Amino acid sequence: MLTTAFALSFYAAALILLSGIAYRIRLYATTPAPLKIPTTPAPRTRSGVVARMFREVVFFQSLFNANKWIWLFGWIFHVALALVVLRHLRYFLQPVPAFVAVVQPFGVLAGFAMVGGLLALWARRLFVPRIRYISGPSDHLMLALLVAIGVSGLAMTFGAHTDIVSVKAFFLGLIFFNWQPLPNDPLLLVHLGLVAALMIIFPFSKLLHAPGVFFSPTRNQADDSRERRYVGAPRPRSNVV
Amino acid sequence: MGAATSTFNPMEHLVGDPLEIPELAYGAMAGSKPYVAAPGHQQALGFPGELVENWQEKAISRLGELVDKSRALRVYMDSCVKCGACTDKCHYFLGTADPKNMPVARQDLLRKVYRRYFTWSGKYLPWLVGAEDLTKEVLDDWYSYFHQCSECRRCSVYCPYGIDTAEVTMAGRDIMDTIGLGAKYSNEIIGKVFTVGNNLGLPVKALKATLAGLEDDIEEETGVPVRLPLDEEGADILVVTPSADFFASPHMEGLIGYAKVLHESGVSWTLSSHASEAANFGIFIGSEENMRKVSMRIREAAESLRVKRLVFGECGHAWRVAYSFLNTLAGPFDFLDQNYPIPQHICEFTNDLIERGKLRFDKSKNDAFRLTFHDSCNVARASRMGDDVGGQFTIPRAVLRAACNHFYDMAADTIHENTLCCGGGGGLLTDELMDLRVKGAQPRMRALQRVVEDHGVTHMAAICAICKTQFSKIMPKYGFDMESIVSVHQMVSNAIILTGSLQAEEFDGRQTSALLKV
Repeated sequence: MLTTAFALSFYAAALILLSGIAYRIRLYATTPAPLKIPTTPAPRTRSGVVARMFREVVFFQSLFNANKWIWLFGWIFHVALALVVLRHLRYFLQPVPAFVAVVQPFGVLAGFAMVGGLLALWARRLFVPRIRYISGPSDHLMLALLVAIGVSGLAMTFGAHTDIVSVKAFFLGLIFFNWQPLPNDPLLLVHLGLVAALMIIFPFSKLLHAPGVFFSPTRNQADDSRERRYVGAPRPRSNVV
Repeated sequence: MGAATSTFNPMEHLVGDPLEIPELAYGAMAGSKPYVAAPGHQQALGFPGELVENWQEKAISRLGELVDKSRALRVYMDSCVKCGACTDKCHYFLGTADPKNMPVARQDLLRKVYRRYFTWSGKYLPWLVGAEDLTKEVLDDWYSYFHQCSECRRCSVYCPYGIDTAEVTMAGRDIMDTIGLGAKYSNEIIGKVFTVGNNLGLPVKALKATLAGLEDDIEEETGVPVRLPLDEEGADILVVTPSADFFASPHMEGLIGYAKVLHESGVSWTLSSHASEAANFGIFIGSEENMRKVSMRIREAAESLRVKRLVFGECGHAWRVAYSFLNTLAGPFDFLDQNYPIPQHICEFTNDLIERGKLRFDKSKNDAFRLTFHDSCNVARASRMGDDVGGQFTIPRAVLRAACNHFYDMAADTIHENTLCCGGGGGLLTDELMDLRVKGAQPRMRALQRVVEDHGVTHMAAICAICKTQFSKIMPKYGFDMESIVSVHQMVSNAIILTGSLQAEEFDGRQTSALLKV
């Protein structure tokens, strides 16, 4: 019963996550960008744009220039999250790839960094008046959700261990449509339930900033409007005289 | 409506960190509104004369259309995570302390309506995601706060996703125009461009008389017959410049500077009465169709005068529209000489001559000016000059340095791409918004005050007609002389030595006598 419920939830969550993101990406990609609007100083070439996007996505360059505290906490959270996710690949892949083994010890530490970064961001939201002003219920709930996922995960690593071998069997079973029983461990069930919720919420929420950043015209356009005539969208008559 | 109600005393705010974050003053600027456009002004632009009966329904459907045809808007409606990076970046927030002037809050005025009608979460869980119905109160907020944004894009520099509030403001204003709620200032001006040819409504006769007067002045000053030709067919270059250049100070002094440089370069050039306006207020109201119509006038003038090149005078958003959009909206310009940038900025033109050693300057003529430079927002963050990334910062400064001995930059976090707006851009340069304009200029005035104290700066140069007009109006309120704002080409004009001029005789005489003394 429990296994069936979680198995079905994860199928549903994965389907909603993937199709939801695919739908949004398709929407972003097919919506015309009628005019050239890079925020300058902008690179003049496509390769320059790739470098700019890389600096934005990997180092959060604009955020660094904007506010060092938000940058620090936000960057720590995202890098830690990436390490944690990589570490979790060992529960889905058999055999476990070498890089996952390398990441493993960092991934465990990253769990703390992730929760720490989130709590610091949350503190800013609560105690800096102008950030409190712009925060809505969903902003707080999103942080609560991520913190709860992090804390329940850390609790299984450092407190009440779960039967990790069975968990892996469950997920491999999900992937190969050969269901295996999920351990009836409250911490694990909370952790997995919240992760499924996060997956479902993703395509309906501000988490869309992840794919969105790649489609932002102010960042992904090259500053070459004098060198190359830009035709961004179908236009009415008289355009070509 | 619109009258300044605040007790803001600028002199109390002159000194301090230009980027100091104020304590929030909720609703402080809710009463700031521009005059509503009259039916005639609306209809001339293809909008309904007054607020339509079914405005709510129509506004929502227009929002849907805009999101469907603008990737920027669509992505920006979804992507904001409310991180707060932009909250202290807007000069209107810094100057007014009204939290709705924080870029994210301004965007959210539109975003909450977008959520309500176009997202699943906003439809079913509005309280959770901050979605709201488009009520009269929301519309009032739109009218107030989308007219407290100069579309300067300072926030977009700092946003981790490059969210550009200018795009959101433009969408907000477009929607309001579509339902018949336009702002008088911009819409009346666009109408004048369509009927008379320029923002100021100067008829051809007045234009001719002004130019003839300027020619006389220059000849009297230099002894050289420098021409300011109008509608001269077959000239090499069409110069398109803001109509303020024909009319007001310090703009006119800049126009004299262009004329001297163009004369000295030896190329033939002309102004056009049909395109006697570089400014394109279509961008301010977010109307691509109006922006295209204004742009077409420049193309038509270039074609009918059979020029080979296009040069723009000192105007910030005009340069943005010219540099970024002209070729898209009114191009292709394949009938122009492809060996030159299309279009070219007058600062690029002058700087090129300076680099090739074609211009001589007597810098001592500007010794009374200890200068700083105000990067205009649309030039700094939305366009380029020259071939190098950041040329829009280096080229105007190189021109100033060639013409002046004393130049000092303001603090690094207030110039270049971090520049603060003058506070009057984006269609806000109207008297009923004076309170907002004074407050919005506060960060820039503080940055200026610092170089005044540290380096004895006496004047600030700019390359934007709106900046120049705004500063000459509001600088006195901060204790500066109204003539402390100058045009870059005014400095060029003061120091340039035209071949065969009285100034050349004097300068060469001084050089010779200096040599003889040695």
